[in-house]
Amino acid sequence: MSVIYLILSNWNFIAVIMLMMAGLYIVISNQNFIKKLVGLSIFQSSVFIFYISLGKVSSGTAPILTGSPDTIYSNPLPHVLILTAIVVGVATNALGLALVVRINEAFNSIEEKTLLSLKIEDSRHAYEKDDSVK
Amino acid sequence: MSNLQLILAFSLATPLISALAVIFCHNYKSLRDICGPIGGVITFITALVIASAIINGQVVSLTLWQIAPGIEFSFRVTALGALFGLVASGLWILASIYSVGYMRGSNEKNQTRFNFYYAVAIHAAMAISYSGNLMMLFIFYEVLTFSTYPLVTHNQTKTAKDAGRLYMGILVSTSLLLFLPAILWVWVVSGTLEFTRGGIIPIDFPPSLLPFLLAMFAFGIGKAALMPFHRWLPAAMVAPTPVSALLHAVAVVKAGVFSLLTIVVYVFGIDLLFSSGSAFWLVWLAAFTILASSIVAIMKDDLKARLAYSTISQLSYIVLGGALATYAAIEGAALHIVMHAIAKITLFFCAGAIYVNAHVKKISELDGLGTRLPHVFIAFFIASLSIIGIPPLGGSWSKFMLMVGSVDSGMTLILAVLAISSLLNVFYLLEPCARAFFKPAQQEFHVENHILTILPPIITATLCLLLFFAVDWIRLLTNLMVIP
Amino acid sequence: MLIFNNIPALLVAIPLLVSAVVSIISSARIAWILTFSTTLVCLFMAFELIDIVSSKQTLTYAFGGWEPPWGIAFIVDSVNVYLILLVAFISVIATIYAYTMLAREIAAEDLSKAYAVWLLTIASLFGLSMTGDAFNLFVFLEISALSSVTLIALGAGQDRRALIAAYNYLIIGAIGATFYVIGVGYLYAATGTLNLVNIIERLNELGTNQAAITGLAFMLAGIMVKAGIFPVHIWLPAAYSYAPSAVSSFLSAVATKVAIYYFARLLFGIFINITQLIDFFLLYVLMPVSVIAIFYGTIAAIYQTDIKRLFALSSIAQIGYITFAFSLNSHSGISAGFIHIVNHALIKGALFMAVGIFAVGIGKRATMVSLRGVGRQMPITFAGFVIAGLALIGVPLTAGFISKLYLFKAIFETGNVFFVAVIAISSALSVLYLWKIFEVMWLQEPAQPLKIEKEPTVAYISLWLMVITIAIFGIYSHGVSSSGMLAANALVGSR
Repeated sequence: MSVIYLILSNWNFIAVIMLMMAGLYIVISNQNFIKKLVGLSIFQSSVFIFYISLGKVSSGTAPILTGSPDTIYSNPLPHVLILTAIVVGVATNALGLALVVRINEAFNSIEEKTLLSLKIEDSRHAYEKDDSVK
Repeated sequence: MSNLQLILAFSLATPLISALAVIFCHNYKSLRDICGPIGGVITFITALVIASAIINGQVVSLTLWQIAPGIEFSFRVTALGALFGLVASGLWILASIYSVGYMRGSNEKNQTRFNFYYAVAIHAAMAISYSGNLMMLFIFYEVLTFSTYPLVTHNQTKTAKDAGRLYMGILVSTSLLLFLPAILWVWVVSGTLEFTRGGIIPIDFPPSLLPFLLAMFAFGIGKAALMPFHRWLPAAMVAPTPVSALLHAVAVVKAGVFSLLTIVVYVFGIDLLFSSGSAFWLVWLAAFTILASSIVAIMKDDLKARLAYSTISQLSYIVLGGALATYAAIEGAALHIVMHAIAKITLFFCAGAIYVNAHVKKISELDGLGTRLPHVFIAFFIASLSIIGIPPLGGSWSKFMLMVGSVDSGMTLILAVLAISSLLNVFYLLEPCARAFFKPAQQEFHVENHILTILPPIITATLCLLLFFAVDWIRLLTNLMVIP
Repeated sequence: MLIFNNIPALLVAIPLLVSAVVSIISSARIAWILTFSTTLVCLFMAFELIDIVSSKQTLTYAFGGWEPPWGIAFIVDSVNVYLILLVAFISVIATIYAYTMLAREIAAEDLSKAYAVWLLTIASLFGLSMTGDAFNLFVFLEISALSSVTLIALGAGQDRRALIAAYNYLIIGAIGATFYVIGVGYLYAATGTLNLVNIIERLNELGTNQAAITGLAFMLAGIMVKAGIFPVHIWLPAAYSYAPSAVSSFLSAVATKVAIYYFARLLFGIFINITQLIDFFLLYVLMPVSVIAIFYGTIAAIYQTDIKRLFALSSIAQIGYITFAFSLNSHSGISAGFIHIVNHALIKGALFMAVGIFAVGIGKRATMVSLRGVGRQMPITFAGFVIAGLALIGVPLTAGFISKLYLFKAIFETGNVFFVAVIAISSALSVLYLWKIFEVMWLQEPAQPLKIEKEPTVAYISLWLMVITIAIFGIYSHGVSSSGMLAANALVGSR
């Protein structure tokens, strides 16, 4: 019973872990550069949720001064931190997407496998250019 | 700065200045070629002054700055260093004269580059001999390695490049893998690297690790050509003969054994080494190297290759002297540095002279050449006798002292090794002379007479003779090494 | 004086503000002048900081007057003040170098924007090395990652593979940074504070705490990605080899070093009291990983034909030396690590500068084939390159030797001869790849007559400034070695 109680009382953390793993798995396994970024977003979002749920104090209210000394407030600091982190996450995504656009222009593909073979071809080409004039 | 410090600085700077002068005089051939001999004379005079100051008990030192605690950029002349400085600078005069004759006689390319690196190598050798601590010794040891690389690969053929790679490979890797860690080990345990008579290894250093430390030095100094790290020396013989003569008979290899001897005397201390018996294994390794390389030398037909293996064998005499670590043996080893240097440079001069004047490299082709190049072969003969150790030639003294030393240390079997090795010397060194004088000529020789290549071996051969009588003067210096 | 009191804030604020100005300027020359003067000002302020720290020991700057632990604080003490000086010094020289080199490698209309990003990187590196707030560090980490990704992607004008390298760096860097944030979250949950000094106190009260340990593990993993420490270094070789040469020389010199500094601070400054974990991590994780890194980097470099990639691989080995020194977990080990941080920054920066000049000279990527005989055509650059290369090996009278000296000292103190062999063998192996390059450049004949552009004066002046510094640090090691000692003193006390 206690195990089930543990799971139920910490369901927020379990959700965070599942999201985190899903995001990380997408980043690692997916071939498509845009989907990788999506995975990264999910991964980061899970951390945001982790922070936000950390700050929640059970039966606490929003941290706006009520004047009464008995009020229990939720901790506002993690929420503020996550505001910053969200901004950072947006910037990361934007830069990532911009890079993907440039990669697509340069290679005509955003699939990792194709890019890998193109990359290898590039280096062989560069080497042969040197080598042919031996 | 006192006068002596100035002279020391001058002695170290002259080869460098001469190297720069070579570059500036690039377009004036005779001016460029005279730079070497002039530099040699000046350096030799300063070396003489320094040596006499050392004999008079003065301290000759020059400290420039501190690299790290306990490691100073400083020169301080030891008795052994003064001796080696004399040898290196004195033979530089003759070798630079000789190399002018050789390089012109065989129409070598890139003579400016050659002369430049030659002078830099001498600078490194002088700095090694005058270095005041292990770190300085190491620094210039490496400078010597790197400055001789262009000389070894001078011909720029594939063999030369392969030889250069082997040369650098063995010398650099042994020094980085073993020599430098050993130096740092000494630094960590004793807090200093300054050469001190009686050694700097602290008393609490575990005796069981002493042989290990000594091994790191003995193998780390690849220039001492101790087997199995001797392969670079025969390979380096692709260089023009003046390089083989001065560097691979004198400066480079002697820098190696000099370093080893310095470490024995001034880092370990003779007494510590003798009483701990930690050099016992080195005695036998040196003995093995002496015999094995003599046997290899017998099988070589190429004159320079034979001389190279003979050098390996003779170097191990010096290592042997250091490893025996008795007073007589140490003195014998120091004497052997001088005696062997002069005899071996004569032999190489002769080999080069034979090549330039008669275009012969192989011993089997020497038949009947003796009458055509009589001076060269007589010089060769005298030097051979000196190396074999027959009185009244200089080499007899050092061999005698080494024998006394081996008796002192109670290792009488070493006497047998020395005796057998002398016999082997007779066999492989006298063969060229015998062939040249007593066998009928089998081919027509086109003999030229480049006087600059013939004169230096005659002079050095005479020196071999003179040193037999002047040995007391040298012993003034070697005595200082051992007598507290 | 007001200005001197605010130096920590100004070091970040000035480059940040100038960066905004530079981004809207169209003239590349004016942009460069602004950038250069900013870096000079930063260098000046870094020297001032050294003055202040040497008299006051620790300087704590509270932002907006909010005293720590409530507000964000910058901490400057003897651990990071020399790092700040290093970053400032290298940014000055790299900016000089960039003057001709960036213009040759990226499109003219992008130049001023590139300088804006360049300044952003500098600001974030200063921020990283000073901040005393765990979360604020994440922000600077991301600013530095995003700006360096942009700089690396600028290499696409020369080689389109730069884009993929930049993308990979972005993804891997973002994962690393997120790991770090997770760690900070755990730590916050355990201690309720983000201020590093405060965290130390709270951890002492807590004793062994599962959440704090988990947090530490996540933070270390995240920082290791940024620092390019072995198993998570994979972004590094491609990123440094395809970036424009000014960028690779700057980033390789300082970007990873700042992360390594923070890594050391986490290990020895913040979590020093969780001894079992730190000892375990150092002995069973960091030490083997460093040894593998040293050999992997060196051996991979031997077989590499592309010169920039070769030096990027050698960086992994050199970072291995630094972490190896840390893993010895002794006073002399930590100081050896800090000494090597400084020396390697100078050496690797100089090497990348030289390779960049060669590549511009021959007009294509520098490889073992294309560089044949180039040394004779570009003697000034080549001479500097050789000295820096010798320093990388650790030849006496160069800065690299001083690193090796103190590293050996630290190892001999542990009495473990095996590690002596590790360092000695790896140094000897590093001779192999450097010697190969020297031989190719000096002795081999070019495949076809070289059409060499004149060596760009400004570029080789900056190279030689680095080389001279390397030589001076090799000859007078006192400054660098005492900075390493002071850093170690401040971290673990003078034990």
